[in-house]
Amino acid sequence: MCGIAGIIYKDGHHNVGQDMTRMLQSMKHRGPDSTGYALYAEPTENVVMRYTTANTTTPRDFEFQDRLRRNRAEAERRLAGLGAKIVTCVQETDYAFRLTLDYTDDLKKLADQIEDIPDCEVLSLGHSLEIIKDLGDAESVCAQYHLEQFQGTHAIGHVRMATESDVDISGAHPYWAYPFSDIAVVHNGQLTNYFQWRRRLERSGHRFNSECDSEIIAVYLAEKMSEGMGLKEAMEKSLDELDGVFTYICVTADALGVAKDEMAAKPLVLFEGENMIAMASEEMAIRAIIDHEIDTYDPYEGEVMVWTR
Amino acid sequence: MDALTGESQIVYDARGLVEPNAEVPKVSSIDGTTAVFDANDLTTRQINLELRWLINEQGITDVHVKNPGAKHSLGVGILTRCKITFEGSLGYFGCGVIDGPEVHIKGRVGWSACENMMSGTVVVEGNAGSLTGAAMRGGDLIIKGRLGARTGIDQKGGTILTMGSVGANTGFMMQRGRQVICGDAGHGLGDSMYDGIIYVGGKVRSLGIDCVPGEWTDADTEFIDRKFRIYELGTPPAFQKFVCGKKLYNYDSLEASERKLVL
Repeated sequence: MCGIAGIIYKDGHHNVGQDMTRMLQSMKHRGPDSTGYALYAEPTENVVMRYTTANTTTPRDFEFQDRLRRNRAEAERRLAGLGAKIVTCVQETDYAFRLTLDYTDDLKKLADQIEDIPDCEVLSLGHSLEIIKDLGDAESVCAQYHLEQFQGTHAIGHVRMATESDVDISGAHPYWAYPFSDIAVVHNGQLTNYFQWRRRLERSGHRFNSECDSEIIAVYLAEKMSEGMGLKEAMEKSLDELDGVFTYICVTADALGVAKDEMAAKPLVLFEGENMIAMASEEMAIRAIIDHEIDTYDPYEGEVMVWTR
Repeated sequence: MDALTGESQIVYDARGLVEPNAEVPKVSSIDGTTAVFDANDLTTRQINLELRWLINEQGITDVHVKNPGAKHSLGVGILTRCKITFEGSLGYFGCGVIDGPEVHIKGRVGWSACENMMSGTVVVEGNAGSLTGAAMRGGDLIIKGRLGARTGIDQKGGTILTMGSVGANTGFMMQRGRQVICGDAGHGLGDSMYDGIIYVGGKVRSLGIDCVPGEWTDADTEFIDRKFRIYELGTPPAFQKFVCGKKLYNYDSLEASERKLVL
């Protein structure tokens, strides 16, 4: 089933970590397996990298702690080798790190070097995007990663009920559009031409860290945008080229867009307020952050809507 | 132990999916045959238990529910003539399988509202999601806003009237009843419908298989005027009428082997 949510403020920074947590927690029943956030703060000169040194399916044997230490040391060695200077490093959990890097070279090279280390995965890379995802509901992930104080301009989130791939961090949404900076996607639905697109995109040099069809959408859109399309145009194109039933939300450094397939088989409720746009699979998620009566509606089938902050 | 409220009193299983508390909260203010209660701190199950307790055991005929908060499955399975007013929006599956009540929703309804509605009236002041009135058997469902896709799918009777537009595949496999759409209709209107009538005031993006324009009669005018008058909806727009063309295979008398030869 899964639940997706998005929010973009028109009037600057808000406590987006807390708002998104409330939205996702109210949809816990749609997906109790894992919870994920893509949060956007004001862009910085430094690159922000979120990465993990183990997955939840990595064996917790006697060697586990040693492997974590080795993986971290190796990641830092490789960053130094690439000339990426670690400005700050926050260890969020045993296996999850947030780094800010003084680095101006190719992001793909950076991601590939880290992900070449066994069990390591780059969750996000960019100047304003931060992807946080882990097992459990929104309140537990928020507490684990201290998201309640996260100030930002827009965000998307996802609660996952695993159906076709493992319950692990790799299978959790949102997906970063490797290797493109600051683009992420959450998705509710199934793509029926997943393998076709995966092969095409792999031939173009992209890697996929999961078996989840949703990962395709992020990379697909980012590639279209890298070819010169705007976000809306790329999303409209996806309605023709991606088969299946889907509602997805895509975010970039300054915009948030939603697309529904031609069958409108997956729900999305939309609220357009004076100072914010909020959307979710269920209206109760929007009401979790608004304390007064509101008018909401469902976008129609085949509809693409984009808001820029 | 302190009384728990709202989300905190829901007890979940390991996957977070169960709400086993079956105790009627009995929080209503009752005045004669009228009752009011605030649903803000109640779970879905508690709200429905309270409604049934009021209507079935306390002789209440007019209930006002404050702050429904777009919770799912509210007002379902009410099988008695009574009035229920929701002072806000409902989530998914609101007012399903009802038989008799007069419901007023002063907000929006989510997907699958009034599924299998048997009789009564439901008036929604706002918009409605997809699958509204699915498999509806009777009664009047009035939506003052717009509707999502697959409105009245498998409709077997009653009337769905919207002042706004509807999404794709509205009236899919409709078997009986009427739909009155003042706005536009999406792709595949009335696809594979068996019977029934669909009136559209705006544009139709495309007709579904075997859905064809129908001949307008005085009975159509009388029906439309009567519904607009009863629900005080103003002056009706000019409508196009659509019915089943009855050309699909299920209307012929060919054997399967003969059909292969004909088609």
